[in-house]
Amino acid sequence: MIEMIRVSKWFGPFQVLKDVDLSVARGEKVVVCGPSGSGKSTLIRLVNRLEEHQSGKVIVDGVELTDDVKKIDAVRREVGMVFQSFNLFPHLTVLENLTLAPIWVRRVAKKEAEETAMHFLARVRIPEQAHKYPSQLSGGQQQRVAIARALCMRPKLMLFDEPTSALDPEMIKEVLDVMVELAREGMTMIVVTHEMGFARTVADRVVFMDDGRIVEAAPPAQFFDAPKTDRAKLFLSQVLGH
Amino acid sequence: MANLEERRIASGFGFLGREAGFEIGETAFMRYNASDTYLRALVVGLTNTLAVALVGVVVATILGTAIGLSRLSRNFLLRNAAAAYVEFMRNVPLLVQLFFWYAVITEGMPGPREALSPLPGVFISNRGIFFPSLFSGVPELQGFNFVGGTALTPEFAALLTGLATYTAAFIAEIVRAGVLAVHRGQTEAAHALGLSRAQTTRLVVLPQALRVIIPPLTSQYLNLTKNSSLAVAIGYPDLVSIANTTMNQTGQAIEGIAVIMAVYLTISLSISAFMNWYNAHVAFK
Amino acid sequence: MRWARENLFGGWLSTIFTLLLLLLLWKAIPPFIDWAFLDAVWQPDPKVCRASEGACWGFIAEKHRFILFGTYPYDLHWRPAAATVLLIGLWIFSAIPLFWRWWLTLVWLAGLMAIGILMWGGVFGMPYVENERWGGLILTLLLTTFGLAIAFPLSILLALGRRSDMPIIRALCVGYIELIRGVPLISLLFMASVMLPLFLPSGVTIDKLLRAQIAMILFAAAYLAEVVRGGLQAIPKGQYDAAHALALPFWRRTGLIILPQALRISVPPLMNTFIAFFKDTSLVLIIGLFDLLSTIKIALNEPAWNGFGVEAYVFASLVYFVFCFSMSRYSRRLEHQR
Repeated sequence: MIEMIRVSKWFGPFQVLKDVDLSVARGEKVVVCGPSGSGKSTLIRLVNRLEEHQSGKVIVDGVELTDDVKKIDAVRREVGMVFQSFNLFPHLTVLENLTLAPIWVRRVAKKEAEETAMHFLARVRIPEQAHKYPSQLSGGQQQRVAIARALCMRPKLMLFDEPTSALDPEMIKEVLDVMVELAREGMTMIVVTHEMGFARTVADRVVFMDDGRIVEAAPPAQFFDAPKTDRAKLFLSQVLGH
Repeated sequence: MANLEERRIASGFGFLGREAGFEIGETAFMRYNASDTYLRALVVGLTNTLAVALVGVVVATILGTAIGLSRLSRNFLLRNAAAAYVEFMRNVPLLVQLFFWYAVITEGMPGPREALSPLPGVFISNRGIFFPSLFSGVPELQGFNFVGGTALTPEFAALLTGLATYTAAFIAEIVRAGVLAVHRGQTEAAHALGLSRAQTTRLVVLPQALRVIIPPLTSQYLNLTKNSSLAVAIGYPDLVSIANTTMNQTGQAIEGIAVIMAVYLTISLSISAFMNWYNAHVAFK
Repeated sequence: MRWARENLFGGWLSTIFTLLLLLLLWKAIPPFIDWAFLDAVWQPDPKVCRASEGACWGFIAEKHRFILFGTYPYDLHWRPAAATVLLIGLWIFSAIPLFWRWWLTLVWLAGLMAIGILMWGGVFGMPYVENERWGGLILTLLLTTFGLAIAFPLSILLALGRRSDMPIIRALCVGYIELIRGVPLISLLFMASVMLPLFLPSGVTIDKLLRAQIAMILFAAAYLAEVVRGGLQAIPKGQYDAAHALALPFWRRTGLIILPQALRISVPPLMNTFIAFFKDTSLVLIIGLFDLLSTIKIALNEPAWNGFGVEAYVFASLVYFVFCFSMSRYSRRLEHQR
């Protein structure tokens, strides 16, 4: 599904990704973790070309990502993304947020788009909020709307960039529950998160990054119980210690 | 006080009923001749001011929005051409620009017989700009000048061009700031959903930018209206111009100035009131 | 080449713009260069100018003394020239942060005195020149300098007054600011020109330059007051609380704690207002003062030179542009340094 081959990226003089190789198969759920500044967000943002790589190859669903705008648009239609700060459109209602892209990108008729939207709103368990504005919802509800918005485009792959980091603790569970359900239904997912419980439950593979490189990648049981590298051990002790 | 009596200057507004005795070069909406009262002359001045202000606001907004968005373009030429435009327009006084446009039209343009015609039916000459209109047909050259169609006198054309191009530069900056004020995350989310750049700008960025743009934008509209008072320097008969003539003829300077200030104050207070209403009801929380 | 593809032809719309702009440049720049440089006439001879297709810079060559110095006596032109250089020098000197010390005020006082002596004369053997004969660039600069110097402290008082708890003061300040900002500058110039003399006892006259200067000061004070008010509002409320808690009297705490912060925040919009004010001095033309724009316009009135308005106003634009652009560049540097 996704192939990253010797990918490097620089922000000016600073190299944020160093010769990263990563493969994600269809239906696989990959959790990416690591200390801040390790490049994990940048890595997943390469998948839908929100960031550009300077060397190496990124291939998504058979399409190689280059400067070709048509290819980028084609990839973005099939890849859904959920952001840490939700990024809902504040001037539109929840329903309008969900139907915007299907109507204008997939050229779906308004009625059909609204039916799809209501379906996914029900899936994330807030159908009654359809006509409210994002500012009227709690953080957890907003993030669930964001997930529904991405799902309305019926993507083949979902990217999550620290989806619960901006939420108050009592709302993290409702969002994670939705993500777990999504995973169980077979969606291909790449999730950048600090929620290790989620990783243990759902991930097929945990990828640990530090300083721009993938340091260790293993199934969760192995990663959490028997980390191989010192850096992974240090990270786990810091994150799980408390 | 002795001064005032000596010069009979503040003798009240009675003079408004007297016959004006001067011609007015052009009238936007009303009919007027020299035997009408001063009051009517002033009202004509006011309508002239509003005419140039309204058209100016529309042209300036369209031009300013285009230039403001151009400043954000990825096209190197477009971006820098727009930036150069803004820098130049904002660093040269409006009065200089008005004189320049007036000189361009009266000295630089050919006579009606050799008028420039960029589009069929549109003629640009040193006697003015003529174009076809619904009410008066297509302009035709008869003798030494054009007949028919709508005519913009050199004074109106120069004032309009100067005001619109000058204000557009300021509006461009406001539009640019408004668009930049929209969070980057919004464009990212839109792109992530597959919306094109044009769609993102239209559906996500501009609506949010508008809320930031409208307050300073109305301020610029007010500036344009106040700036139209420079018409007196190039001979366009706006309110200040006519009030000036009136003051010179009747000697009633205080009343004249009071009229000018009262009218402009009313306009600006109305715009302020609108702004307050807008902020209270529409601008989002 | 990759740069060109991305930045000039990055899509069909972008390509259209690039082509349109290149076409525009191609159509506009060569004729402009012909007009402004190649065919232009530099000799101060109106006949040659009229015979030529190019720009008549001879007009500037012929009239430049009048344009720069107005009706100041011809053989005494070294005085306004020196005064202009001195004033510009003072501005540049004050722009360097290194010199922002207490003695800058003294430097200014000395400089202004020197300028006054140069312009008026009457001492040191220099003949007296009444200010009705002053004109040109020095007049524009003087109007700007004195206008801002006096309006600025006034605006601080107005801004503080507008936020005052005393209803009368507040009402007066609000009324003043809204009135001045709601009317065009022209009406204020008219008002000063016509009405000021009326309020003085008969026999006392107030000269035209002073009337215009007063109008400009009143105008600037209102606009600057709004900028300062913005700065006062932008300071975190905690600063006001802390200042109150220190139990300082009003002027102390305002002067030592509140104002420095407010003014620091306000530097960009303040500079913008200064630049706008410099441009606004051109309006004194309308009430018959001979600022830089006015002298250019009057120079055109001479029958021999009639009809070269385009050249004249291009020249005027250039002069103003140089001043204003330098000021706005400086303002941006200030912003970045902070």
